[in-house]
Amino acid sequence: MTRSGFVFANLLRKKTRTVLTLLSVVTAFLLFGLLQAVNVMFSAGADFVGATRLVTQARVSFTQSLPMRLLPEIEAVPGVEQVMWQQWFGAVWQENTQLFFFATDPARLHAVYPEYVMPDQQWKAFEETRTGMIVGRILADKYGWRIGDKVPIASNIFPQKNGSKAWIFDLVGIYDGKDEEWQRNTNLGWINHAYFDEATLFGTGLAGTFTLKLSNPDQAAQIAHTIDSKFENSPDETKTQTEKDSNLGFFKQIGDIGLIVRWILFAVFFTLLLVVGNTIAQSVRERIPELAILKTLGFTDGNVLGFVLAEAAAMCVIGGLLGLGLATLIGIKIGGGGNFPIAVDHRVWITGVLAIVGLSLAVGLLPALRASRLSIVDALAGR
Amino acid sequence: MLRQTIAITLLSLRSIPERLAASLVIVVGLAGVVAVFTALLAMAEGFQSTLKSTGRDDVALVLRGGSSAELNSGLTRDQATLIKQAPGVRVGAGGQPLASAEMIVIAELMRTGEKTGSNITVRGVEPAAFALRPQLKIVDGRLFQPGLRELIVGRGVTQQFEGVKLGEMVRMRGSDWTVVGVFESGDANESELWADVEVAQTTFNRRGFSAVRLQLADPAGLQSVKVALTADPRLNIDIESEQQYYSGQTKQFRETIGMLAGVVTLIMALGATFAALNTMYAAVGARERAIATLRAIGFSGTPVVVSVMIESLALALAGGAIGALVAYLLFNNMAVSTLGENFTQVVFQFKVTPKLVQQGLLIAIVIGMFGGLLPALRAARLPVTTALRAA
Repeated sequence: MTRSGFVFANLLRKKTRTVLTLLSVVTAFLLFGLLQAVNVMFSAGADFVGATRLVTQARVSFTQSLPMRLLPEIEAVPGVEQVMWQQWFGAVWQENTQLFFFATDPARLHAVYPEYVMPDQQWKAFEETRTGMIVGRILADKYGWRIGDKVPIASNIFPQKNGSKAWIFDLVGIYDGKDEEWQRNTNLGWINHAYFDEATLFGTGLAGTFTLKLSNPDQAAQIAHTIDSKFENSPDETKTQTEKDSNLGFFKQIGDIGLIVRWILFAVFFTLLLVVGNTIAQSVRERIPELAILKTLGFTDGNVLGFVLAEAAAMCVIGGLLGLGLATLIGIKIGGGGNFPIAVDHRVWITGVLAIVGLSLAVGLLPALRASRLSIVDALAGR
Repeated sequence: MLRQTIAITLLSLRSIPERLAASLVIVVGLAGVVAVFTALLAMAEGFQSTLKSTGRDDVALVLRGGSSAELNSGLTRDQATLIKQAPGVRVGAGGQPLASAEMIVIAELMRTGEKTGSNITVRGVEPAAFALRPQLKIVDGRLFQPGLRELIVGRGVTQQFEGVKLGEMVRMRGSDWTVVGVFESGDANESELWADVEVAQTTFNRRGFSAVRLQLADPAGLQSVKVALTADPRLNIDIESEQQYYSGQTKQFRETIGMLAGVVTLIMALGATFAALNTMYAAVGARERAIATLRAIGFSGTPVVVSVMIESLALALAGGAIGALVAYLLFNNMAVSTLGENFTQVVFQFKVTPKLVQQGLLIAIVIGMFGGLLPALRAARLPVTTALRAA
């Protein structure tokens, strides 16, 4: 019998116990995977946007719209290649479903966001259709919108000149993301700012926030500083930061949820450590005479340590990988919905695998050391 | 039969200390489940109770039609005056209607120790606003003076955010505002900064208001005010009681947290059940001979089943109680803040209520039952002769 065969035979000796322990490990890592995905969304969810763009918002808050007259001044800053603006539309679909819609300039959106992938003719249609709108793939799929549809979208902020808040837009394009991460974020809708600006009862001449594409991302800090000092002490003071920081700030608004998730992770892990650790300690305890016999037969202390540690590790690795795999499947199922873009991706797996290694050592090391230090005579005598 | 049950149960309970480490698995596992469950729902509970106590049922809130939140709403000065003069509004001291037109804008403050800003509501109010919120008291400093750039700050804001202590300057739209007072109200108002509405309008370059609050002469009079205001062709408004407005804002948060708590508790409960099963199987296994001996001298199977179940339940309940206690000690009254409907921070406190503790213990009992049942059956079905012969 090989050594690994020996370890497996030991695991299979008490099948109920092994299966139950394994299942506890699976559930723990399932939870770990999902919660870690949420954690990643809060702490690093904005990583994928990269640092090539800056966002200029009103210093007092991004909900205060900046006026359009800042545009030429921002464009004039050296190093700024292209500027686009986006005005929050307050979109409401049907009864009371809030959607993320912005009014923007189609050509500038195309130039500043090459990550949005859409056929050229649809970009052209968006530029040329005043009442046009484009939406991300996730939104289109969710509501079953197709190109050519007239979609009624209400605004909870802006009435039209006739006082009605019910707007209708022509869907002229559906865009995808350039990779998986961008695809997960195709839950936005864009309308034509030129049309919006003319049709709205108030809010004319407002740009909202500006998004800047830089010719050299290394200059980001310096350009941000130049822009902000330009508008210092004016009624429209600005705050310019990288797109990543801006997104991060947005997520952080949700508050202490990340902290609470960490508390839960801690509670789960603590519980798990005790459960698995205890089971393994127990199985070592029960087999003390056997371990003594192994040593009598000539296995070294190190061999015995290895056996026990391998048993613990096998349990943690099999259970952990199953749990993480399950979490990945569930993540795909619920993460595709759009509003809650979590994904159990490589970052979660890396921490997950580290946790598996840590757990194996934590629960296996003590019983293993105990087993390796057994004195043969005492153990055989049952002392 | 009953005496048999009691005898065996006492025997097994007394032997728990000998199997302490194994028994602790159930206790700790259940403590974890119940603590997480209670803490998560205590958060939802606290958020809800904060917003619920903010609104009164005899105050009506008027917004522009279809706005759903104060932040999105806008009313002109003329409209605000018209709304205030609606029939059914209580008349105040000077013969004026007891009503307050208010404007809200958003400012960013830094959470203590963070570098990214959080949205905070700045509310411009008329003097009547204080009459409409009798629960609001200045606890430090004084009220702002009309016409000056002065702010009073809610207690919740001073606890969670930097730069708003008494005497400090807050910079908004190129102008400096002095913090002159701190107020307490025990509700969501505490998450706001208040200023004189006229000064706020000038600073933020606004002419209108966000909402009008009306003190109803009679709480049942909301419907008649609504009819009168909707009939006016110069207005396009939504009206509801303040209480409805604030309660409506808790729905989404409650649902999100409820779902999170449900999923997390379910998965953890499964894990804890497996652990409990493991422990009880081991407990039964360790006493195989003792149980077989009892059966041999005439004890029947039922008392054995009951005793195993009771042991499992007792351990589970102890764990549940410890979990609830831990949640209470760690989280009760802990102040946190999250994004509310106006896209601004609402500061609230965790509330570990007796009802939540009850539910947590119920979960513990259910898991204890499941964890005990299968091992108990195995113990009862143990073939006496083989068990006696076993080592």
